[in-house]
Amino acid sequence: MSPTVVSRGTVTIDVERCKGCELCIPACPPGVLHMSSEVNRTGYRYPRLSPGCTGCQACHAVCPDYVFEVYKYDRPQLTEVSPGPVPAVGGAE
Amino acid sequence: MSNRSTEPDRGQEVRIEGARQVASSRADLQVSEDHHLCPGCGHPVAWRILLEVIQELSLAQRAIGVVGHGCYTNIVRMADIDFLQCLHGRAPAVATGVKRVQPQAAVFTLQGDGDMASEGLAEVLHAAARAEKITAIMLNNGVFGDTGGQMTAASVVGQRTKTSLEGRSPELHGYPVPVAELVASLPGAAYVARSAVNTAGGVAQTKRYLKRAFETQTSGAGFSLVEVLTMCPTGWFVPTAAGPGYLSDSMQPTYPTGPLKDSLRPA
Ligand SMILES: Cc1ncc(C[n+]2csc(CCOP(=O)(O)OP(=O)(O)O)c2C)c(N)n1
Ligand code: SF4
Ligand code: SF4
Ligand code: SF4
Ligand SMILES: [Mg+2]
Repeated sequence: MSPTVVSRGTVTIDVERCKGCELCIPACPPGVLHMSSEVNRTGYRYPRLSPGCTGCQACHAVCPDYVFEVYKYDRPQLTEVSPGPVPAVGGAE
Repeated sequence: MSNRSTEPDRGQEVRIEGARQVASSRADLQVSEDHHLCPGCGHPVAWRILLEVIQELSLAQRAIGVVGHGCYTNIVRMADIDFLQCLHGRAPAVATGVKRVQPQAAVFTLQGDGDMASEGLAEVLHAAARAEKITAIMLNNGVFGDTGGQMTAASVVGQRTKTSLEGRSPELHGYPVPVAELVASLPGAAYVARSAVNTAGGVAQTKRYLKRAFETQTSGAGFSLVEVLTMCPTGWFVPTAAGPGYLSDSMQPTYPTGPLKDSLRPA
């Protein structure tokens, strides 16, 4: 059986506004943000979201470029993940 | 004057089924998310919480900001409140005049460390000593960021800047000026605190302090000052991701965060 990850929240990521500073990455308590390998039109890598967001707003608090909007789910969302690298979800791209 | 009509409309709101938005990219008093400050700069983080505080205390219609010269001055392009810009370092003197002719206004200064500690130290000290009912905010990144990262009076010992390439040396350059402690020592200062925006917790703390500072002003208790430590990775010669750690390792030992004085607190 594949493991299940609970997401109590989610975020939208305005990737074109991101300047690639990476401040959001260590700020995320469950560590569900990681930098893309692709770049936006300005040439910056940007964060992508994996399942497990809690909706805590830490990314929103520290981002100097106002990239994030944060949402809380009415009911926690369950995502089945296959073992190995976690897939990216969400993000307004 | 409102900037709002000159800015493009907010982008289409994203709806996510079964979820409610708890944080928007744009604060209510923000007219745009776009700015040209460097990647990893701490100032825009402070801007947003300042605007949130003004909104949450219902001061938007009577807030008047007085800014000096620095990267932080760009708040005037993205905030839907009134601003005056004045000579480098002179914001507390100009804010004094504004408050005295408009006592109902919520008057604050937004200044850098170069602006407040180097160019205009006398202004902030005298405004505090006179117990002016204004709120002074210093965004301290330890450099003259806007002009390329020169040493300021607030640069910490050992700090490498464009004008102290070997690090600030006490023998050659003297010691940093701790503005918050100086101001707190004056009887006219009613509220003084120092915070940092290098972590989410620090951002929340900064917001509480700013709120308290404006409450001090509206209660008529006297002068209030919040010194906010912000990242300037460009002026510090560090990668953007190393900015928060540089702030805690290099600046916070000299500039401890926390409340220094709170006259509103019940004894
Ligand atoms: C009287 C005067 N001297 C010098 C300048 C040039 N100047 C503009 S911004 C600036 C640096 C401001 O540094 P700081 O207040 O620390 O703000 P930061 O850019 O670091 O946010 C200087 C020196 C000026 N505008 N006016
Ligand atoms: S809201 Fe919290 S958990 Fe979700 S991505 Fe942002 S920092 Fe991570
Ligand atoms: S903190 Fe903001 S600007 Fe920096 S990488 Fe994350 S999303 Fe991009
Ligand atoms: S020079 Fe420093 S203070 Fe100015 S925008 Fe760049 S990082 Fe921010
Ligand atoms: Mg500065």
